[in-house]
Amino acid sequence: MPAPIRLRELIRTIRTARTQAEEREMIQKECAAIRSSFREEDNTYRCRNVAKLLYMHMLGYPAHFGQLECLKLIASQKFTDKRIGYLGAMLLLDERQDVHLLMTNCIKNDLNHSTQYVQGLALCTLGCMGSSEMCRDLAGEVEKLLKTSNSYLRKKAALCAVHVIRKVPELMEMFLPATKNLLSEKNHGVLHTSVVLLTEMCERSPDMLSHFRKLVPQLVRILKNLIMSGYSPEHDVSGISDPFLQVRILRLLRILGRSDDDSSEAMNDILAQVATNTETSKNVGNAILYETVLTIMDIKSESGLRVLAINILGRFLLNNDKNIRYVALTSLLKTVQTDHNAVQRHRSTIVDCLKDLDVSIKRRAMELSFALVNGNNIRGMMKELLYFLDSCDPEFKADCASGVFLAAEKYAPSKRWHIDTIMRVLTTAGSYVRDDSVPNLIQLITNSVEMHAYTVQRLYKALLDDISQQPLVQVSSWCIGEYGDLLVSGQCEEEEPIQVTEDEVLDVLEGLLVSNLSTPVTRGYALTAIMKLSTRFSSVNRIKKVVSIYGSSIDVELQQRAVEYNALFKKYDHMRPALLERMPIMEKTATNGPTEIVQTNGETEPSVLDTKHPPPVTQPANQVRAGVIISKYAGLHLCNLYIGIPPMTAYNKNGLKIEFTFERANPNPNIAVITIHASNSTEADMTDFVFQAAVPKVSRHSLELILKCLIMKHSRFVQSKLCHSILKTLNLVESWVNMSECESRLT
Amino acid sequence: MQFMLLFSRQGKLRLQKWYVPLSDKEKKKITRELVQTVLARKPKMCSFLEWRDLKIVYKRYASLYFCCAIEDQDNELITLEIIHRYVELLDKYFGSVCELDIIFNFEKAYFILDEFLLGGEAQETSKKNVLKAIEQADLLQENIDFQMRLFAGNFGGKPNNPCCSIRSVALDVNSPPQGQQKQHPSNINTDFEVTGLLFSLISQPSCLK
Repeated sequence: MPAPIRLRELIRTIRTARTQAEEREMIQKECAAIRSSFREEDNTYRCRNVAKLLYMHMLGYPAHFGQLECLKLIASQKFTDKRIGYLGAMLLLDERQDVHLLMTNCIKNDLNHSTQYVQGLALCTLGCMGSSEMCRDLAGEVEKLLKTSNSYLRKKAALCAVHVIRKVPELMEMFLPATKNLLSEKNHGVLHTSVVLLTEMCERSPDMLSHFRKLVPQLVRILKNLIMSGYSPEHDVSGISDPFLQVRILRLLRILGRSDDDSSEAMNDILAQVATNTETSKNVGNAILYETVLTIMDIKSESGLRVLAINILGRFLLNNDKNIRYVALTSLLKTVQTDHNAVQRHRSTIVDCLKDLDVSIKRRAMELSFALVNGNNIRGMMKELLYFLDSCDPEFKADCASGVFLAAEKYAPSKRWHIDTIMRVLTTAGSYVRDDSVPNLIQLITNSVEMHAYTVQRLYKALLDDISQQPLVQVSSWCIGEYGDLLVSGQCEEEEPIQVTEDEVLDVLEGLLVSNLSTPVTRGYALTAIMKLSTRFSSVNRIKKVVSIYGSSIDVELQQRAVEYNALFKKYDHMRPALLERMPIMEKTATNGPTEIVQTNGETEPSVLDTKHPPPVTQPANQVRAGVIISKYAGLHLCNLYIGIPPMTAYNKNGLKIEFTFERANPNPNIAVITIHASNSTEADMTDFVFQAAVPKVSRHSLELILKCLIMKHSRFVQSKLCHSILKTLNLVESWVNMSECESRLT
Repeated sequence: MQFMLLFSRQGKLRLQKWYVPLSDKEKKKITRELVQTVLARKPKMCSFLEWRDLKIVYKRYASLYFCCAIEDQDNELITLEIIHRYVELLDKYFGSVCELDIIFNFEKAYFILDEFLLGGEAQETSKKNVLKAIEQADLLQENIDFQMRLFAGNFGGKPNNPCCSIRSVALDVNSPPQGQQKQHPSNINTDFEVTGLLFSLISQPSCLK
């Protein structure tokens, strides 16, 4: 059997392959040779064969049959074998294969080997891919090595311990004693890995965190030495002494100083020193400054230090290096909530970054810009942001549009400006606008009563230009449907009113119905709009014709609407004006708000509460059971249509009157508050008034019902376990609302 | 750090180091996607990007992309420094390292990486110490094997010694792939293969510069 070819030979041969197929053939041939060599249990060439297998594995070919061979190599006495064996284990094995557990014993032996490089190999492998079982078995050995005086092994043991802790957090306690004098080491490698270990422990356990707080002075001292010490060739990177260690210490200080005043104070000086003394011409210096800024912002630092930090970030923003700008924007985004005013000072630089060529920077700048918008700068910022919206990549448009809407809603200086802004967004990025913005916009327009004429005119003009952007078309058709009369009568005050006839408007709407560009949803909007115009326009016949045509449309939704509208014309013509009335002002709603209103325009007052009195099961003389069913979707409707649902009397018998009133909770408008007023108009006391509330299961996501109970006494009421039982109903369980009063006693 | 990948401009993987347990299939998928994403970046773009829930830091050195995936709380700028340090180590070890060095000596590249990083974190911040450790380990490889063979009575020597074949030496001296003669002093060891026991104790391992 000729000796297997050498690794380099194989690599060279494979690289000469001109096609994928040729390469595959060579690989297969070699794999076969390797496999038979493995079968023969050839000790001499095992190492070479496994090395070749690893190369082929990197090219993407299967190499699982080499797993056991790696184990054999690890068990060998030759250092070369071990080196390749451990490498193979790290590349081919992972904790999913059962095979890897066989390594445990080998690793254990090697951890106690006489040669430190063998121990090093074992520690490295354990620290990279040790599974939780392996870690559990070998934690003791690692802990032992953590206490050794050999710095080569100590540093590796520290990182191995980090891995063990990540895999088996319960073992963290075991490493505590070994950490006692880790920071008094002179060796930077050990220092660095120790700081990593301490960081890991502090992040995982609050007890450890408080235990290690006492190390803050020591850490500060080490950091100070690093900064103040002269040039040390061994650890120098572009004039800075051991930046890796500095960054790590800063990170640990961050964790220790967070939410602790004393520690934060102890590190104030050193942070200021690092922030001012670090050389910023190279990336290294900036890396340290970056970490310093993160630390300053996270701990309880004094305001002067915070301002210093933000200024550093501001300087970063002006840096030529893109990476630095990116990092600055990211950090500013994190701090904008807490240090809003300081970040505002850099607003113009941030806005300039919107024009950067790099996608990541643009995105960050956009997010930050939205965070910085406030009542004072809204006009200027919006100009920039709208310009950005015009020119940015499609991937940004949806987010930008949503952001603009939100900002406009919060800070619009005037209604006209608001509507103009919306128009601008719809016309420039109309197809990227999110679906839920359509109902929101419609609600906004409805509520700006004085702008109706202006809005409908502008939307109409936009529609004439372009009917491809669906959200724009939908909003426009809705508006035309509602305010078509204003459009035709030319009542616009804000700008030059246009001359438009009813027929022209109907032409446009009918055009939407037939156009290929319109989606089914848009067609629905258009049809409903046409229908609404039947009460606002005089050309009713034309509308009737259109509606009847669509009664046989293939689109089921359209057909249904047309048929219903047809019915309105024929049988319910007397109801038509009332149903198609102008929409009232809508309150700001929860999630599935106005969509319901928009599309089913007829229902302005849906059946909110179907109050029925179920036949009482037993009715002893004094016991009255009055049930009120709150219908299944009442909850949703309650939240949605808070157009002032009038109070209703649920029960009025025997002197006991129960009334429901409805309002929105303050400050959380997502909560509907039903107040129950119970009054006793008899002379006697009513005792044992038990209130049980039950509501249908509605998704938690959409509402919570808080039932408040107010009892108004006409004469004396003995208040019993009322309010307490009410609070239990917050979980929305299916049952009945029962009000029962047991006895009316004569006093 | 969760993983580090080295790949060429054609998307061929040259080195992969994973610090999180993932199945082979997942690793392949991630590699493929990430390579595509990074190669699609224009030259002037910044070195950081968000990908899934990780931060990716990448830098291109000649024809090789060095790509690391770090977690949310890690410092991107210092990761760039870590990448740079690794390249410096390779450079010192191989002498003006190029992609071919890493192709032909991938196991050495791994050994160096494992001396510099462990479990995703730097274990040694001094360049000198990392290189010294590698050098000692290489020496150990040669010495132990020599001693082993000595004591195992393996005289007369097999012409092809397995331990030699994986050292960073066995480049065909007549036609070096990179088109220039690299003076690896340890070429002396190729003699060793042929002459067996005439092991030159004065041979310097290639990492000493």
